[in-house]
Amino acid sequence: MRGRLNLSLLEIRNVAKSFGAIRAVNGFSLTIEAGEVLGLMGDNGAGKSTMVKLIAGNFPPTEGEILVEGKVCHFHRPLQARAMGIEVVYQDLALADNLTASQNVFLGRELKKVLWPFRILHKQAMIDRSGELFAELKSETRPRDLVRKMSGGQRQAVAIARTRLAQAKLVLMDEPTASISVRQVAQVLELIQRMKARGVAVMLISHRMPDVFAVSDRIIVMRRGGKVADKLTAETSPEEITGLITGAIRAA
Amino acid sequence: MPPDTEYSAAEHAHIADVVHLTEATWLRSIWTSQPFWVTVALLILVVVMSLTEPSFGTADNAANITRNFAPFGIMALGMTIVIITGGIDLSVGSIMGLVAIVAGLFLTWEYPWYVAFSMGLLAGLLCGAINGFFVAYVGMPSFVVTLGMLAIARSLAVVFSQNQMLYKFGPDAPTVKAIGQFKWPLRVGSGGWAPDWMPEFSGQFWTMIVLGLIVGSVFIFSGWARHLFAIGGNENAARLTGVPVNRIKWQAYVFCSFCASIASILQLGYNGSAINALGTGYELRVIAASVIGGADLIGGAGSAYGAIIGSALLEVIRNALLMAGIDSNWQGAFVGAFIVIAVLLGMQMGGKSIIAAAWERLRTRK
Repeated sequence: MRGRLNLSLLEIRNVAKSFGAIRAVNGFSLTIEAGEVLGLMGDNGAGKSTMVKLIAGNFPPTEGEILVEGKVCHFHRPLQARAMGIEVVYQDLALADNLTASQNVFLGRELKKVLWPFRILHKQAMIDRSGELFAELKSETRPRDLVRKMSGGQRQAVAIARTRLAQAKLVLMDEPTASISVRQVAQVLELIQRMKARGVAVMLISHRMPDVFAVSDRIIVMRRGGKVADKLTAETSPEEITGLITGAIRAA
Repeated sequence: MPPDTEYSAAEHAHIADVVHLTEATWLRSIWTSQPFWVTVALLILVVVMSLTEPSFGTADNAANITRNFAPFGIMALGMTIVIITGGIDLSVGSIMGLVAIVAGLFLTWEYPWYVAFSMGLLAGLLCGAINGFFVAYVGMPSFVVTLGMLAIARSLAVVFSQNQMLYKFGPDAPTVKAIGQFKWPLRVGSGGWAPDWMPEFSGQFWTMIVLGLIVGSVFIFSGWARHLFAIGGNENAARLTGVPVNRIKWQAYVFCSFCASIASILQLGYNGSAINALGTGYELRVIAASVIGGADLIGGAGSAYGAIIGSALLEVIRNALLMAGIDSNWQGAFVGAFIVIAVLLGMQMGGKSIIAAAWERLRTRK
């Protein structure tokens, strides 16, 4: 057992979450290792969003445990999850349109320098560092460009660069390819590959079957709040996954 | 990984390109910015008026105009900060009235001037703190909260003053007046060194300049302002990245009322009296000045320079109309038209200012 010797990056044990009488997630277990790309699929209302929010720290689970590197973590706020190296790239990317790429990357954790008696923004350092991050992601995004004027793929790069800055160990990506052009989808999938190459675990929540099959190592299917499949991508097919999502195939 | 290093070397060349490119965009961003066009409009107006109206281009009129718009410039600085967060403060005029009456009452009760001014300032800050609390922490729309404060602060001013003008200011009256009527530099005739062609700028004007420089530096250098702009751009994103959104929004309203209080105290000193109607209707002129100066009512855009230049333009229009002998009832129409024109000029169409876009369309048609 690998988990005994070498603690998993994230381990979810029998987690359940209820909102009043509604049980959104029920008996969900999962482990993620560093550098693994995981596809999380499921129909609307299957409990994917709730699962993402549990991991991202929006609320703690009703039952069960979430372990980050072997430590039981029950987050109440996203900032706590972030402190443990878990970052989320939201579907709307959570970028401020009126700021530049580098300003967005460093939003909330700006670098400062001392100009006695003040501590002022260290703009050049932030521009240089975000330039490095974009180079690392091999993105064409320029640090000084306004996000308002960027393409969907460039915006994704900004949101992902933000997680790189934080040295995130696990990045949750909520529908990153839902509303962008085909060419940009390819860019985003490449970005995911690069994160994987750097040992970052990625959890990709998506409706787009081809994208999930293109990048993920493993695919998890959720239905009615529970896990119905956890299969290596190489050992399954889009047909099987579709069947699992709709319930045509009960479990695998 | 060898391929990786290859890529990053290529990437470095790319960054050099970027630096080259940004210099071009820097010029373009000035060209497309609204404060730039407002400055151009202001300069044209000043030149035309100086040529056609001999009494306009005098040092005395310059001192007069700058003194008249300084209170609006001071308040527009605070208003711009609130507008950047995506809010609005309708209560600044009423807060001026309340601050003047509170300070005036303490002077009437023969307290020293600094106690009276502090009490006035405190009353103003309290109004701002209440505005900010309901907007930032309770989550009410700023329009509603500050509309309420507009009525409440004015009513309190009337009640506290018992609807009387306050002018018997006790032993500190000369100090109050000296503060309000402070001028610099003084001419040789009035005991100073300045030659006759130099305007004797008012204390209000200098206060506005100092405050403008402070706000401008904060905008450029501070993380606080960075967060302020982020809140206006995408409040949810700012919250998710850990920006203390509520606290910053609250501070914005407190600062806005601080500016109104300062403007009020200076006006009180200048007039040597306090009336509860001080500042009536000023909120509209202050908002107009901010918007003309490039503050975006949707939030996320605005500048200290814009706030001041916007108030300057409004006052110069007003002054020019008076000098041209146009019925003062026309002022509203002109000011209103300028608000629309200024916003139109600053409007962006596909990343270009509307002027640049129109110019391009004209050229391509030929």
